[in-house]
Amino acid sequence: MSVTHDARIQVHKPASTAQRPAVRGWPDINNPAAWIVAVILLIMPLIANGFFLIEIFATTLILGTIALSLMFLAGYGGMVSLMQLTIAGFAAYMVAVFGVSGNANISLGWPWWLAVPMALTLATIFGTLGGALAVRTEGIYTIMITLAIGAAFYYFTNQNWAIFNGHTGINNVATPHFWGVDWRADIPFYYVVLATAALCYFAVEYISRAPFGLALQGVRDNPRRMAALGFNVNAHRVAAYAVASFIAGLAGVLQVWNYRQISPGSVSVGACIDVLIIAVVGGITRPVGPYIGALVFVLLRTFALDFLVKIGLDGNRFRLLIGLGFLAIVFWSSDGVIGLWQRWRQSQVREENRPGGGRGHG
Amino acid sequence: MTRFVERHPTWALIIIIAIAVALWLISAVWPPGLEEAIGRKRVFLNALFNGITLGGLYFLVASGFTLIFGLMRNVNLAHGSLYLFGGYVGYAISASTGSWILSFIVAFILTALVGVLLQVLVFRRMEGQDLRQTMVTIGLSIVFADLMLWACGGDFYQIQTPSWLIGPIELPLITAVKSSGDPVYLRYPLVRLVIFLASAIIGIAMWLALNRTRIGMIIRAGVDDRDILAATGVRIQIVFVLVFALGAGLAGIAGVVGGTFQSLSPGEDIRFLLASLVVVIVGGMGSIPGAALGALIIGLAEQLGSVYIPTYAIVVTFLIMVLVLALRPQGLLARR
Repeated sequence: MSVTHDARIQVHKPASTAQRPAVRGWPDINNPAAWIVAVILLIMPLIANGFFLIEIFATTLILGTIALSLMFLAGYGGMVSLMQLTIAGFAAYMVAVFGVSGNANISLGWPWWLAVPMALTLATIFGTLGGALAVRTEGIYTIMITLAIGAAFYYFTNQNWAIFNGHTGINNVATPHFWGVDWRADIPFYYVVLATAALCYFAVEYISRAPFGLALQGVRDNPRRMAALGFNVNAHRVAAYAVASFIAGLAGVLQVWNYRQISPGSVSVGACIDVLIIAVVGGITRPVGPYIGALVFVLLRTFALDFLVKIGLDGNRFRLLIGLGFLAIVFWSSDGVIGLWQRWRQSQVREENRPGGGRGHG
Repeated sequence: MTRFVERHPTWALIIIIAIAVALWLISAVWPPGLEEAIGRKRVFLNALFNGITLGGLYFLVASGFTLIFGLMRNVNLAHGSLYLFGGYVGYAISASTGSWILSFIVAFILTALVGVLLQVLVFRRMEGQDLRQTMVTIGLSIVFADLMLWACGGDFYQIQTPSWLIGPIELPLITAVKSSGDPVYLRYPLVRLVIFLASAIIGIAMWLALNRTRIGMIIRAGVDDRDILAATGVRIQIVFVLVFALGAGLAGIAGVVGGTFQSLSPGEDIRFLLASLVVVIVGGMGSIPGAALGALIIGLAEQLGSVYIPTYAIVVTFLIMVLVLALRPQGLLARR
């Protein structure tokens, strides 16, 4: 049955087999490693200074949340959408347009608690409409249509001066300031980001086991059969886009608060593809993958220059490094770093027990 | 043709009226009221011709893309990189030898060679895994873009137009009538017309080759059902390599054309990748006539849009794509 739908299934097949035991309960509760990571993340401000806290960890969590929305669509829905960053960027633009920023002639000056829900609503609508377009076609076309949407948005923000302020973008976006706390100060902002990321992470974990998520995974594996069982296939897909858009929108709001500005450069096609790279490198089979991928990506982006110079190469070849790493992951492990880790663990635990079942269809 | 008119009488009527209006706009001397409403006729004709010639360029890029997809189900997102690579090669050749024609030949051969290498070394290993192939092409496009940035830097390059093609040519189209009663004819760059003619010839040759030759028959059969074709004893891997070489080579030629028309710089690869994506989505994946129609529509929309509604030119292109997806998700001329 799967031969005809191999376009979408190929990548996820090992996923579904590897995941089956984990589907039954909250998998992280019994895992000591997960508790350790949670505690480390909570006490991070004691360990890391401002630079690491914001430039590495907060950025990782924001990028990871955007990639999480892609992972949700790709891993559970079988739809690889390249417009998740575009949706995040749209939300960021909307925060800047409705809220307070340095460009007084564009920004409407609403308080943040009005601007943010507005931005989230609009971003969700935008993403849902884009998704409704994308689900009109199957599998591999989704990549192309969402890439076209992302690229069109990028060129549009470059050309439009009335709302998006052209290629200079919108600067000096105001950040929330209430209860006597400046929420953009390093430590409060880190906790805001951490809370949002955790919320999104657990929401995705929960949805993946809720009836909607299970139906979505059924749609991924065999849309025809699900349609025959009475499920509305397209409605499930569009709803998945809506959920993913909301998650991406949340991350977009955090992103604009992080950098305090938004410009077309942040929604460029290259950045859209970076999100795919993050998700794939981390692994699109489990929600934790995007965060791992984001950490690898941010560390590389921050330190590759110094590292390359140190070993005597041109420091500007960071993207080459990223591209080659991505190629290697796609070639050898279709479910990213998690896949490598799982395979290594499995080979440690029971070497005789695997008659090639967990092999990543090379 | 008659079948289409019988099946969709309203659409046929709309198309005929649109063509008639377009022909009248092109050939007639515009009455003053019209000139007041939408500007000078010269501007309109220039935008129209720019759109058509840009469509020719888009067709060159997109036809290779759609051919590769049609046969191998491989969405080659590195196609824009092949375009840029061809352009840089063409620039290097024309700058060192001074021969414009030679730069086309070398660009075609070298990009075709890259295409062959890609097919043999990379895509053959993951046949039938569409998504993985696409991801690999994304990775390759990043690597290629950075390698080309390394080798060529971030500068703009423009390929020198040969001296026998420089300068405008007078077309028998009246743009306005002087007060003395003399007609003013449209002057248009010769090189763009020549390139458009060449791409039209390439398109027709491809269509003939696909529909009238044995190898074309094999390719069409492969588009319809690859497995049965292989089962009949055709050495399908050789066909794959040939088609990939042809598609990549066309992208290389398009790179030289684009380098002459416009300019070459990092980022152009993404632009032309987007253009070919939209063109094939509009025209229909895997269809050469579809690529031609899509390229014409997108080229015209882009140029007319940038003249008449400058801020929203890109939105027009995008809206066309949305409209096609909403009404005919498989594309205008696809069979499926």
